[in-house]
Amino acid sequence: MTYEQATQFAQTWGLVLLVVLFAGVLVYALWPGNREKFKRAAHTPLDKEGDDGRED
Amino acid sequence: MGVIAGCKLMVKGGFREDAAGILLILVIGIGLALFGAARAIDAPFAVQMWTMLTGFLLGAAAILYDFGKGPKADASSRYENGVVKAGVIASMFWGIAGLLVGVIIALQLSFPNIFYFTDHGWLNFGRLRPLHTSAVIFAFGGNVLIATSFYVVQRTCRARLAGGLWPWFVFWGYQLFIVLAATGYLMGVTQSREYAEPPWYTDLWLTLVWVVYLLVFLGTIWKRQEKHIYVANWFYLAFIVTIAMLHIVNNLAVPVSFAGSFSYSAFAGVQDALTQWWYGHNAVGFFLTAGFLAIMYYFIPKQADRPVYSYRLSIIHFWALIFLYIWAGPHHLHYTALPQWAQTLGATFSIMLWMPSWGGMINGLMTLSGAWDKLRTDPVLRMLVVSVAFYGMSTFEGPVMSIRAVNSLSHYTDWTIGHVHSGALGWVGFVSFGALYCLAPWLWKKKQVHSLALVDWHFWLATIGIVLYITSMWVAGIMQGLMWRAYNDLGFLEYSFVESVEAMHPYYIIRAVGGALYLIGALIMAYNLWRTATSKEPAHVRAADTPAAAVAAE
Repeated sequence: MTYEQATQFAQTWGLVLLVVLFAGVLVYALWPGNREKFKRAAHTPLDKEGDDGRED
Repeated sequence: MGVIAGCKLMVKGGFREDAAGILLILVIGIGLALFGAARAIDAPFAVQMWTMLTGFLLGAAAILYDFGKGPKADASSRYENGVVKAGVIASMFWGIAGLLVGVIIALQLSFPNIFYFTDHGWLNFGRLRPLHTSAVIFAFGGNVLIATSFYVVQRTCRARLAGGLWPWFVFWGYQLFIVLAATGYLMGVTQSREYAEPPWYTDLWLTLVWVVYLLVFLGTIWKRQEKHIYVANWFYLAFIVTIAMLHIVNNLAVPVSFAGSFSYSAFAGVQDALTQWWYGHNAVGFFLTAGFLAIMYYFIPKQADRPVYSYRLSIIHFWALIFLYIWAGPHHLHYTALPQWAQTLGATFSIMLWMPSWGGMINGLMTLSGAWDKLRTDPVLRMLVVSVAFYGMSTFEGPVMSIRAVNSLSHYTDWTIGHVHSGALGWVGFVSFGALYCLAPWLWKKKQVHSLALVDWHFWLATIGIVLYITSMWVAGIMQGLMWRAYNDLGFLEYSFVESVEAMHPYYIIRAVGGALYLIGALIMAYNLWRTATSKEPAHVRAADTPAAAVAAE
């Protein structure tokens, strides 16, 4: 692959690929259906049944 | 001989794949190190090979001794804590060593007449400086990351650490890497790549250790009991995977001889420079940022007893950081032979990085909403939160300095050193100290750390130390930059270089004082943690100390 071919790819499909992937991340993070799952996940460090190191 | 004895013991102790695999690596290592020591073409290489040989022999002896004790009941505790305890001790030890060397080189810059040892070349600034950077970043930071990642992945996956003895291989293998790198620097063994100074054979050893680390981490995630992989583990994984990639690519080199320490980089010229700074900046991004953000996302919610402020934001924070950081490296090469478009690209991505950085900072700080009062009573939490504030500050300063016009003033000056230390002492140091203060009582089963008053002392000494450090370096750096670029009416340089050095003398002294305060804080911490671990108070039993069977029966 020459330098020209590499930059050609990077400036077209490479750019599109990364933008689409990141858009996918945003959709996943903000998808309403995932709200409950993330709410539970946010409490993961606090779960008392784990070896939680707190006295209560 | 050793192999036969090992086989006999293995039969006696019951065959264990993990121990057998490690033993095989050690036996091969012993052979290679002996060969290297015998054929060495330079003296430092021979010393390094004897060091390696000693390490491998000690490892093999430890494994055979372990076998001699026969099969052991491993499920006494739900989680593997031993290797995490070892990591806490190692972190504290290397942290103090690295900070001490930092204070020494700060004094060398302040008082070159007193601290320049003409009879001991190995104590020169040029030898000690990489010793300091590697000790604080890789020895201290690396041990904190390995220890906390082993702790966090078990709790958030509800699974015991995978791999049996392999986590211990990672721990001791990493210590051997540190010893090889550090003693090598003192003898002048370096491949002259900043933050990647260790020579080719030390790099190969680290690669092996790192791949095992990745497998242990992945193996633990693989057998998790929790469907969702908690965000801290994503950050740890990104750190482990990316560091593997950076380490391998940046260290591609051809040794002059397999029995010598010298090698040539696989890259040349500007490609070499770009590869180095692609590595160098992402070592900041994925070692000193992603890994320590994982600590933030576990230990701040834990210590504040509040859930993560916004889990959605944490996901966006993670991916934005991953997508952007990898492109920022070229800002280290402004006004060099690197094409200008690449410099602009690096600066642009550095400025964009401001957004995920502050997103993460806000997420960390706002996790305290509803628990702000704890900052007054809990100095450990205060340390963690102030670390996030420093994270915010240095991730604002960084993008500003990456702008080419600002960089023309700041580059090669002590402003850069000040910036690095607001991140290193403020963010990485404080978040690590906070995590270690949490871990000590949790691991040694005490109610809390020995003395909260001493934590307070540590906090304030260190904070004052950082403020002295970064303010003196701002003044020194900007002054230095302005003096270098000052012209007189006739178009000649206004100052000679040594005049700028002379002008910085008072600021260098202030910096050394700041560093010394930070070191004293760390010494107080070591005493405090030691008293915590050895205190006579009865064990404080927590949920997970009960055997796995009992937990299952609940």
